[in-house]
Amino acid sequence: MQKLFRFATDYVGYILKGGVRFYAWMGTLALFIVGMLYVFYLQNTEGLIVTGMTSQIHEGLYFSNLVFLVGVAAGAVTIVFPAYVYHHEGMHKVSVLGEMLAITAVIMVMMFVFAHMGRPDRLWHMIPPWGIYSLSSMLGWDVLVLTGYLILNFVCGFYYLWCKYTGNPINKKWFIPLVFIAIVWALSIHTVTAFLIATMPARPMWAHTVMPIRFIATAFAAGPSLIIIIFLIIRKTTRFWIDDSAIKLLTTIVTWCLGIALFLTLSEVVIELYARTEHANGLYYLMFGLHGLTGLVPWFWSAVVLMIGAFILFLTPSVRNNMTLLPIACAMAFAGIWIEKGMGLIVPGFIPTPIGEVTEYYPTFVEWLMTLGIWAFGFFVLTILLKGAIGILLGDIKFGAQAATAK
Amino acid sequence: MLSLSSLMGTAALMTHSDDAHAAAEWGEHFQKNYRLMTEQEKIEARDRLQRRYSAEYGKPVSVDITGAQPGVLMGYALNIRKCIGCRRCVHACVAENNQSRGTRPGEKIEWIQVLRMERGKFEKEKMEHGYPEGLGIQVGGNAYTPAGQVLEGQFRYTPEAVPEKDATYMPIACMQCEKPPCVKVCPVRTTYREGDGPVVIDYNWCIGCRMCMGACPYWARRINVTTPVLPKEAMNPVTHYLGNRPRMRGVVEKCHWCLQRTRQGRYPACVEVCPVGARKFGNLLDPESEVSKVLERKNVFRLKAELNTFPKFFYFYD
Repeated sequence: MQKLFRFATDYVGYILKGGVRFYAWMGTLALFIVGMLYVFYLQNTEGLIVTGMTSQIHEGLYFSNLVFLVGVAAGAVTIVFPAYVYHHEGMHKVSVLGEMLAITAVIMVMMFVFAHMGRPDRLWHMIPPWGIYSLSSMLGWDVLVLTGYLILNFVCGFYYLWCKYTGNPINKKWFIPLVFIAIVWALSIHTVTAFLIATMPARPMWAHTVMPIRFIATAFAAGPSLIIIIFLIIRKTTRFWIDDSAIKLLTTIVTWCLGIALFLTLSEVVIELYARTEHANGLYYLMFGLHGLTGLVPWFWSAVVLMIGAFILFLTPSVRNNMTLLPIACAMAFAGIWIEKGMGLIVPGFIPTPIGEVTEYYPTFVEWLMTLGIWAFGFFVLTILLKGAIGILLGDIKFGAQAATAK
Repeated sequence: MLSLSSLMGTAALMTHSDDAHAAAEWGEHFQKNYRLMTEQEKIEARDRLQRRYSAEYGKPVSVDITGAQPGVLMGYALNIRKCIGCRRCVHACVAENNQSRGTRPGEKIEWIQVLRMERGKFEKEKMEHGYPEGLGIQVGGNAYTPAGQVLEGQFRYTPEAVPEKDATYMPIACMQCEKPPCVKVCPVRTTYREGDGPVVIDYNWCIGCRMCMGACPYWARRINVTTPVLPKEAMNPVTHYLGNRPRMRGVVEKCHWCLQRTRQGRYPACVEVCPVGARKFGNLLDPESEVSKVLERKNVFRLKAELNTFPKFFYFYD
């Protein structure tokens, strides 16, 4: 027990130790977080009228980010899987960082859920025994798998760090099975999120069997893209060295998942637009506009340019092996997928409405501030988790080495 | 985060609770899902609401909790040939069911839409048009004439007089499906099918996730993006718990076939007001009811039948 207390104080002490740059970064993020809290208050006193959402288009920027971030959370498995299934040395060293990213992404997803809900004060209605948990609802399943994934990653990640901290050997009897459960679970969170929208025949834009695999493919492109960028930042700003082999494997994963994602998007375009039924109206709106409304057209085409551009860059050896050019390709892939799977997928699902009304959705300032704030909160949490984890991996935080932190 | 959101909710609640019905609000906040309430709890919930509404709207407001009547399955039939597109049903519905009637976007809620469909016409002049241009082999020039098109309706038309010569009308509202997709997706089971047929919502249990709105193939549901704008003098004080009682911010609402009326043996407001008698309502289990007669003798169809939602709202023509 005392050890645990020590762990907590050492961990916090290490994180609080930082230079001007660290505090400037955290302070900037905190500003956005304050803004987020204010608009959250606004939404829960004025109502969702402060957002751009309507009865016609009732899922917008929040739901888009939610869907995207579930993918980022699942994407962390691209580190854990090679580490534990293929015993990849470089990945094994950093697998705990992937778990920290997963924890962060799931927390962000939950915050976007609160932002999206009309009555977040009634959240307890879906938590037994006070509330009702409905197994017939995909949203119910989504909450279940996301909560489970958060717990799994928390337990796996922090148990690993705890063992490194104390110097005790890892109890593989339950740790390894748990890691494997977490790997399968990662697939489940994004599959269920795809089911969430694909199980509504009222929205033909989404009611496709291809949706789950498209979600997984884009997730395993966007997630590792972010991870590569984070790894390169870690290499630059800390003494912790991440092997080239780990980054190269991630690059390969991104390349081919991005390729599959592009292939699926292209297939959808061909299949939908060849017959051009009314069910293709959503996609048509996204690509070319409908009834003179073209709000998402620039979004879609910029996503296409970003994703294809990133794919070509990833295929070019001089780019993918160059650690200064690689982050550009990663950022392009990440941004492209954020658009394609976020606003580009969610909003056209509502255009036209099931009775044929064509309206548009524009996020308001409140929504942008909330979104920025939640992302800022995500980076805030991620910075803390990664700093602590790296401190332990480097041996800076170690049981019985308090002298180091006391300085 | 859970505690944070609860705190924010509580804070939001407390800022409004400086008046007499604060206790009623708290009781409402922690009450159970309506379906799981005992009879006693339902009565308590009703009394709480009656107190709050009466104070808020400055007149005695009744909240009915009459349950489903045995041997009744409500059904609806609409004669699309007769409809003249006057939209009296829309306005009667708004007045009866205490919908929000503000001016900001999202503050104006209507449960019925009367879709206006252009008749369109086929023309000789278009024969040589089409795609590819000049040949019209793959797509004839008359292809884009709107005749018979069902899904590209518009319902915000403002004609000088109805019926318009070049239009037909298609009223649409909640279909009260026997297999409602909205019920299936609700994570808290706040929307459900009542024993006598209508799909209802416990507004006090709804968390505002809007999954039901996504699942509905008929766009029957509306979200209260803000506290509904309901003038005191216009408020209808005869309400039902699952029906037309005033809603709150952040919850979903929709047509419930005027439970406050139909459970007392009256017609829904839209049926009563229809000047051409296009709307029929009754007990599907009673072979002598109007709606049963329609089903027996007329050509009827259900909207989007291919989705297997099995609406109890039928269209017919004679």
